[in-house]
Amino acid sequence: MACDVRLLDHMFIPGTLIGPFTQAHPGLGGVCTFVGEVRGEQGGVEALELMHYELLTLPGMIELAETACARFDLMGMLMVHRVGMLRVGEPIVCVSAAARHRRGAIDAVDYAMDHLKSAAWFWKREKRADGWHWIEPRAEDRSDLARWQ
Amino acid sequence: MSAIRVVYLGRLADVAGRAESELVLPSGETGWAVLVAALESQVNADIAQASRDAKVKIAINGTVHTDRDGLQIKPGDEVALLPPVSGG
Repeated sequence: MACDVRLLDHMFIPGTLIGPFTQAHPGLGGVCTFVGEVRGEQGGVEALELMHYELLTLPGMIELAETACARFDLMGMLMVHRVGMLRVGEPIVCVSAAARHRRGAIDAVDYAMDHLKSAAWFWKREKRADGWHWIEPRAEDRSDLARWQ
Repeated sequence: MSAIRVVYLGRLADVAGRAESELVLPSGETGWAVLVAALESQVNADIAQASRDAKVKIAINGTVHTDRDGLQIKPGDEVALLPPVSGG
């Protein structure tokens, strides 16, 4: 069980991470990967800023990855999340799970993404034409978490 | 008198008008009510009011506390005010 968890303050290219991650787990049955990018809303999102808290954010991500590894019986998990300023089209997050069986890999990525969006220590704001707007959680965020109970 | 550091995350940084501040508190351990009073008198009324929102979580030195009444804040502590999160 190996977790590679990173907070990055500069742009990253998800494709460059997946090959090495796969190679680090010989004998795997499947790898599932999710990449989230900054979406350009019709309302005209110009930029995104991700704030974090040093004492909580990375430790929380590590705990999340380790929980996912144990719960879904993974061979390994890669979890990379940006902080700082991002532009439309830039990757925000990359989660990849390696397992002997596909169901565990797929569910682990789904679990990790629901928790990164709704239960991880990040705060997002968007820049639109009329200035910066903080993103508030939505009802779906709570139901997304509840389905893993 | 003792000093603590308060860190304002997310939208609370806008409400406080800064990312963090040093607060001076009466000597000895202090709790939630004293913290809120110090926010009101040393920062502004809006951040004091915003911190009372049940959806705002409190961390002391990197440990999240859900019980505001039982909060114990010591000199040199770092208190973080954590509004609802949005990541991913």
